Amino acid sequence: MTKSTDNSSFDPFEAALGVRDLKGRSPWEDAWYRLLKNRAAVCSAFIMGGMILLVLVGPMVISWESDFTDWDFTSSPPSFSSGHWFGTDAVGRDILVRTLEGGRISLLVGLVATLVSLIIGVSYGAIAGYFGGTADRIMMQVVDIIYALPFLFFVILLMVVFGRHIVLIFVAIGAVNWLDMARIVRGQTLSIKNMEFIEAARACGVTPWNIIRRHIIPNLMGVVIIYVTLTIPQVILIESFLSFLGLGVQEPMSSWGALVSDGAQDMESAPWTLIVPAVFLTVTLYCFNYIGDGLRDALDPKDRL
Amino acid sequence: MTHDSGMLRHILRRLLGLVPTLLMLITVTFFMMRMAPGGPFDSEKLLPPEIEANLNAKYHLDEPLVQQYFRYMGQIAVLDFGPSFQYKDWTVNELIAQSYPISLTMGTLAMLLAFIMGTMLGIAAALRQNTRVDYSLMGIAMLGISVPNFVIAPILILLLAVYTGWLPAGGWDWSLASMVLPVVTLSLPVTAYIARLTRGSMIEVLHSNFIRTARAKGLPESVVIRRHALKPAMLPVISFMGPAIAGLISGSVVIERIFSIPGLGSYFVTGALNRDYTLVMGVVIFYGVLIIVLNFIVDLIYAWLNPKIRYDEKH
Amino acid sequence: MTLLEVKDLDVSFETHDGEVHAVSKLSFSIDAGDALAIVGESGCGKTQSMMAVMGLLTENGKASGQALFKGKDLLQMNVADLNKRRGKEIAMIFQDSMTSLNPYLRIEKQMIEVLMHHQGLDKAEARGHAIEMLRAVRIADPERRIRQYPHEYSGGMRQRVMVAMGLLCQPDLLIADEPTTALDVTVQAQISRLMTELRAKSNTAIILITHNLGVVAGLCDRVLVMYAGQAVECGTVEQIFYQARHPYTRGLLKSVLRLDQPGDTGLEAIPGNPPSLLSLPAGCRFRERCPQAHDACCEMPPMRRDEQGHTWRCFLDQVDE
Repeated sequence: MTKSTDNSSFDPFEAALGVRDLKGRSPWEDAWYRLLKNRAAVCSAFIMGGMILLVLVGPMVISWESDFTDWDFTSSPPSFSSGHWFGTDAVGRDILVRTLEGGRISLLVGLVATLVSLIIGVSYGAIAGYFGGTADRIMMQVVDIIYALPFLFFVILLMVVFGRHIVLIFVAIGAVNWLDMARIVRGQTLSIKNMEFIEAARACGVTPWNIIRRHIIPNLMGVVIIYVTLTIPQVILIESFLSFLGLGVQEPMSSWGALVSDGAQDMESAPWTLIVPAVFLTVTLYCFNYIGDGLRDALDPKDRL
Repeated sequence: MTHDSGMLRHILRRLLGLVPTLLMLITVTFFMMRMAPGGPFDSEKLLPPEIEANLNAKYHLDEPLVQQYFRYMGQIAVLDFGPSFQYKDWTVNELIAQSYPISLTMGTLAMLLAFIMGTMLGIAAALRQNTRVDYSLMGIAMLGISVPNFVIAPILILLLAVYTGWLPAGGWDWSLASMVLPVVTLSLPVTAYIARLTRGSMIEVLHSNFIRTARAKGLPESVVIRRHALKPAMLPVISFMGPAIAGLISGSVVIERIFSIPGLGSYFVTGALNRDYTLVMGVVIFYGVLIIVLNFIVDLIYAWLNPKIRYDEKH
Repeated sequence: MTLLEVKDLDVSFETHDGEVHAVSKLSFSIDAGDALAIVGESGCGKTQSMMAVMGLLTENGKASGQALFKGKDLLQMNVADLNKRRGKEIAMIFQDSMTSLNPYLRIEKQMIEVLMHHQGLDKAEARGHAIEMLRAVRIADPERRIRQYPHEYSGGMRQRVMVAMGLLCQPDLLIADEPTTALDVTVQAQISRLMTELRAKSNTAIILITHNLGVVAGLCDRVLVMYAGQAVECGTVEQIFYQARHPYTRGLLKSVLRLDQPGDTGLEAIPGNPPSLLSLPAGCRFRERCPQAHDACCEMPPMRRDEQGHTWRCFLDQVDE
């Protein structure tokens, strides 16, 4: 049996017995291995990859413009002959192109609003966890209170107050959605802070900045990644609710929520106007949720939900 | 008994915490509404400036904002929510009185449905962990969480109302048939979440040492689950009830619009869009109080189920 | 009368790192009223072997071989038959009393359920028995205490409750998994004494799993020493403590502090670590740490036996000076 490292000088018995060289595995490798075994998560990752590609490249490749009204084919069902593979809406716009471009907006909102959530949530949680004591208690009490309130009401109010500019949508949704992240980061910070290796590092004279950089942040990475992946679908969902209520992105921009809302109007006569964006939206949310779940199982197996 | 005095103290402590929450809620909403550009009288027919000034004076909209705030607080202390700006002949109290029974009934039924179905499905999945039943149940649950209710609702309406005519496509006339679709659609995401939560929690509890002890005592598995595993497994679900209620309220806004139900949620949206300050405030306060009271009850139930909490507070 | 006879018990676990062989070909027996200690370091398989016997292995574990309790093989039984015996004829108590008791149920409920289920007693009768048992394990004020929750007890009290719970139905065999490990020395002594008394009263056989040799001497008649999943030596307390034959046992005994040694005697540890249960070496598993290892040790030594019934798994014959 070959060994990649020569330990024979340390352990003659082990060498003599020819024991298989057990290479150490870092927790990240363990997690990666676990993640790869999760078929649902891997499948979802591929689908999402495909989706992102479609959404970015699709509208450039498809011959129809999203605002081109094809008067020959208004409200026509999907067919290859008309050139509109997924049909058209009431004014003759190609559904596929509109859906893909709407996807760009929905995914963009997902990403940016999640980023806003991330920044607020991580800062809040890390501060609460790091300082502990009364500050922590008060901060978490505030989180508990806000958690119990209906988010949609606040987002609606925010939209009403600040108007429908897309940047404000990012901020509004992000501002409402940071709670889970804050809670998790705070919990993680608390438990890391109290771990002996931090004390040991301090005792060895490691500066606070290096402690944060080398010990706390890497240990936060895991939970942050999980919750970022789980926040994205939540955010996309909220945006779609807003669009449905007429408070989302403004024309000419469109998002999946708005498309579904429009499609629902013509649902009886032209169901494909509803179904196509609905399927894209659902598949995206579904996949993100599975990936997030898979990450959670991989990085923190005892946290299975 | 030692734990009863702990309970009492716990209750009082919680009660005290409610007041600032409510105050914060009212204050934040008040000032946010006022920050919105435009006033209640802008959108309609162009009013001559004197009349608009008179209207503003009548409703005290020309006073300094802080003064308006305290005036308003005084009013709601006696439960007078003022007149609606949008629906001229109605007071907010009347509008709320006529719409809250609908929303409340819908919400309560949805909550019950979600809890019962969710826990049953979750436990069923947990007991058959990693079998096909488990995977399919959890897959469906994931669908429930991922598909927005405004996607499911139209589909269900098409299938169950338009094509087959079994159920009405909208409206709420207190008949069982008209209640089915809105309640079911409203409850779906919460049911799904509860199912997943219950499954995870039950699986974790079943791996506990005390479950091993129960089995070592020769108790049949059904007894082990019923007597030893169920209570601890339910704790996270009970904790979730608070956010679940909030989620249902959020969801009701959309459901009421889809099914054309004249409930509180739709009043909120139209009120917000039309700058009907008093109506919006009224709805927010109503829901706010409701949420706070319900959360309080949930807290009590949790403390009753979990003896460790009462103990921690006492010591 | 042989109460429990374990023959060639193998226990292994499927993990994503491979198959872990926790117990290999374990054989021993215990008679009615006997007290056997199973001794060994963490990971030697002593707990998992008893879990297998009780049918309490986790989902990824499997057991083969035989565990004949009163002549019937426990490993082949279905759960219903197993449940007729568990808690009633064989009882097991566990190491961590805080997590082994249900924190959400009162002690009373956890105790009377055994009596009501196995002996058909009604609630009042069962309660009476339970209170008596709490008194027997020296819990003060048992009528009040029984209505409390586990977190309202101290560690020592909880362990005594576990002992009481195990003995409620007066089982023929009590398996105690490290009952004193998490407790301080005085409480350890209390529990030891308690188990000795109760054993005398009801003639219960005891299997005591422990890595603490001190507790063994006070309570048990016979000792089984395990290493890396195998039995390496078995004999009476006298034989093991004074005439240990296996190098591992001798090493263990040497590493225990004794009152009759001069104060500055150093502790002699056994160098090295036990082998990985994922990839066990061929031949004697103690070989790499054994001061007397030689070429023959590349083959697995057989279990040898002398006229006094003392068995050991080594090619050497050494008897103590």
